[in-house]
Amino acid sequence: MTESVVTTSSLPFADAVPGAVLDADQWGIIVNPDKLVELAQYLRDHEGFDYLSSLTAVDYLGFKDRTADDRFEIVYHLFDTKKGGDGIVLKVRLPESKPEVDSLVKVYPGADLQEREAYDLYGIKFKGHPRLRRILLWEGFHGHPMRKDWKEPYYEAEHKPYKSRWPVGHYQWAEDRVPWGDNINYPKGFDPDAFEPAPLPMPIIHEPPEGSDHIHTERIVVNMGPQHPSTHGVFRMIVALDGETIVGLEPEVGYLHRNHEKLGERNTWLGNIPFTDRLDYLSSMSNNFGYVLAVEKLLGDKGKPPERAEYLRVIMAEFTRIVNHMWAIGFLLNDLGAFFTPALYAIEERELILDLFEAAAGSRMMCNYMRFGGVVRDVDEDWLRKARDIVFNRLDRKVDEFDEYLTGNEILMARCVGVGLLSAEDAIALSACGPMLRASGVPYDLRRARPYSIYDRFEFDVVTDDGCDVYARYKVRLGEIRQSIRILKQALDQIPEGPIMNGKPAYVTRVQKGEAYGAVEGPKGELGFYVVSDGSDNPWRYHVRAPSYINLNTLEHMTIGYKVADSVVILGAIDIVLGETDR
Amino acid sequence: MFGKGIIKGLGITLRHTAATFIDDMARVPSRYTNAIETPQGKLLRQPPDSKGLFTIQYPEEKRELPENFRYIPMLLYDEKTGKDRCTACGICAKVCPPQCIWIVRDMNEQGKPIPRPSEFYIDASICMSCGFCAEFCPFDAIKMNHDYEMATYDRFPGLVFDKEELSVPTSYYASLYPSAWAAEEAARAAKAAKKAARGKKGGGAGGARRKAAPAKRTAAPARKADAPASSKAEAAPPQDESKAPPDASSPAPGGSQS
Repeated sequence: MTESVVTTSSLPFADAVPGAVLDADQWGIIVNPDKLVELAQYLRDHEGFDYLSSLTAVDYLGFKDRTADDRFEIVYHLFDTKKGGDGIVLKVRLPESKPEVDSLVKVYPGADLQEREAYDLYGIKFKGHPRLRRILLWEGFHGHPMRKDWKEPYYEAEHKPYKSRWPVGHYQWAEDRVPWGDNINYPKGFDPDAFEPAPLPMPIIHEPPEGSDHIHTERIVVNMGPQHPSTHGVFRMIVALDGETIVGLEPEVGYLHRNHEKLGERNTWLGNIPFTDRLDYLSSMSNNFGYVLAVEKLLGDKGKPPERAEYLRVIMAEFTRIVNHMWAIGFLLNDLGAFFTPALYAIEERELILDLFEAAAGSRMMCNYMRFGGVVRDVDEDWLRKARDIVFNRLDRKVDEFDEYLTGNEILMARCVGVGLLSAEDAIALSACGPMLRASGVPYDLRRARPYSIYDRFEFDVVTDDGCDVYARYKVRLGEIRQSIRILKQALDQIPEGPIMNGKPAYVTRVQKGEAYGAVEGPKGELGFYVVSDGSDNPWRYHVRAPSYINLNTLEHMTIGYKVADSVVILGAIDIVLGETDR
Repeated sequence: MFGKGIIKGLGITLRHTAATFIDDMARVPSRYTNAIETPQGKLLRQPPDSKGLFTIQYPEEKRELPENFRYIPMLLYDEKTGKDRCTACGICAKVCPPQCIWIVRDMNEQGKPIPRPSEFYIDASICMSCGFCAEFCPFDAIKMNHDYEMATYDRFPGLVFDKEELSVPTSYYASLYPSAWAAEEAARAAKAAKKAARGKKGGGAGGARRKAAPAKRTAAPARKADAPASSKAEAAPPQDESKAPPDASSPAPGGSQS
């Protein structure tokens, strides 16, 4: 986000921690790996950068001007939840021979899952991390797939488009190419018969406080999932139970892992847009939005969308938020045991909104609607009339119905009030985002904190709630639907006529060399895309800051001490979509 | 009061049941009694003011698809001339994110490329229905089909469509995309008119090079006019049968198991 030119001398905190800041450029501050924790502590305590938004690694093998001594780069995006505005980017450069850096878990507990991801995919060791294990891949996986020298089975070429498709593209079925021939790597001396899978990871046990009226029973460990109706997909919670009380919980993800980011690096810039649809498949419009914003930062003036396109983007993104929150509320009822009938009633209006998406974009869920510098297709008067009809005549009524039947419902309240407490400090520290953060009373919404697109023109409130529990999360979502309707009403009234695309649509995107972090306030929270370009037709690095994944940081913290049945509700209230969690 | 929430909840169910019937009776054509009957089933609309039931009884009932709906790509050929619109330029294959389009460009005896595909495959098991191929095709040769019923018993070769299976006449496209078709035809006509006007002007201006150009242009339509029968026959004789305009029961290329 630091688009302005920064030098070491212009940094107010350059001398606060002696020897910490090595260098700075327009894309970030290069930090001495040994002083990283100290500097982060200082930034958090004295400069207000209390929120670690994104943490990721980049492999610069073969990049211009890079050597083995600075092959890896760990990139930290820090933000201020009180003041908002652009954050700062810290970078640590690590040599190929010793990719090790101190863990930031003690300063920002939210670094937990993200550091594990970087360890898993890049093999970066974070010293001091309490459970540095693979997370998306399985223990025993050979190599670290995001490294540039790692090749997948069926590897064809470094970048798309592949040469074999045209002009001599005789079809070849992928499965016919011998998959176990020269296309796969076994570790040296690997013997499949002698292979022992790693032992099951055991959750860290949190003993109940002394003196509580607690009957000690036998500890058992239960696997909830991956095939479990309450886990919203293939997600596993390894739960340590004392009676019915949870004393330890370990989230296990990665069952849907397909290395979206590696696919993104193989793909062209444009080709990634439909892939982002598949992240959080309930809110593909928001995913498109985040990605095009990130790339448009690199495109400069070429990427500036015209007015009408901006309005269309906002309209689609807000419709998406409504759809997503309807699902979240509907599924919350599902998790409470009211199986599916209420959930289907809750998503009735979603049907009409998806019809709108289908008419505009061509698909109900995999919209693929936005392009760099605009949107793909204009909407006609008939579409706008339908959209207005839904927004002005139907949606308010639906939210009132939710409010009337659910907000005061005794079953809902009995199951949700006071369950899954997460204080504001913890929510910020654990990098929770979106409704999770706002339901803990932190008024942090990117549409206000760092306004993007044309959100600064609309009147809306940032919905917060001080309840800090599942019930508060439900109320925040309900409130956000109302605010989205408010934005939609303004946007549908103001939408101007005009072009929808900056320049002619082109299938080759010329992106200048550089880096950008573009983030939107997606329905589930801060959805960020960190892209690095080396000036070619494909991204050098494409990282997704997935809110569903990072919000899982809070799960263990929230469930300890509650009953096992509550864990289902608490997980449901985080509102994860496994397509995005596992990427 | 204890139990109030349950009664309220049951009230919702009751209201939905009642609303479904009232909505159905009030609507003309009614959802069930007067839905649009087509050979493919009943087509249903979901107007924004509909109340009650939101689910439909697929496959007896189907939703009416919007024009922009996209599923798997199809290749267009001109009905009058029988000529493929595709020139094997390869843009669709290059822009395809999952790289599921395979094209073999045709060659003459001397090994020179001819702008038409001799083979064209789309692996529908890999296609992600993004629509980029249709969006960036400069010749309007590839468009997104609306037929989503393409289940087969095998992925290979059942879901790998070759050129015959992908080819549909332009009239089929015109029936699926009436407004896009009208716009494209208007643009084409305008372009042709402009070209014709420019051709006349160029002829009048004189100069060896400029004279040659209009001569070529006039030659081209002439070739087109007498070409279809002969060139079609030698280029791809087996296609003639397969390219008969599809009837109503199987409007889509490939995979249709009806």
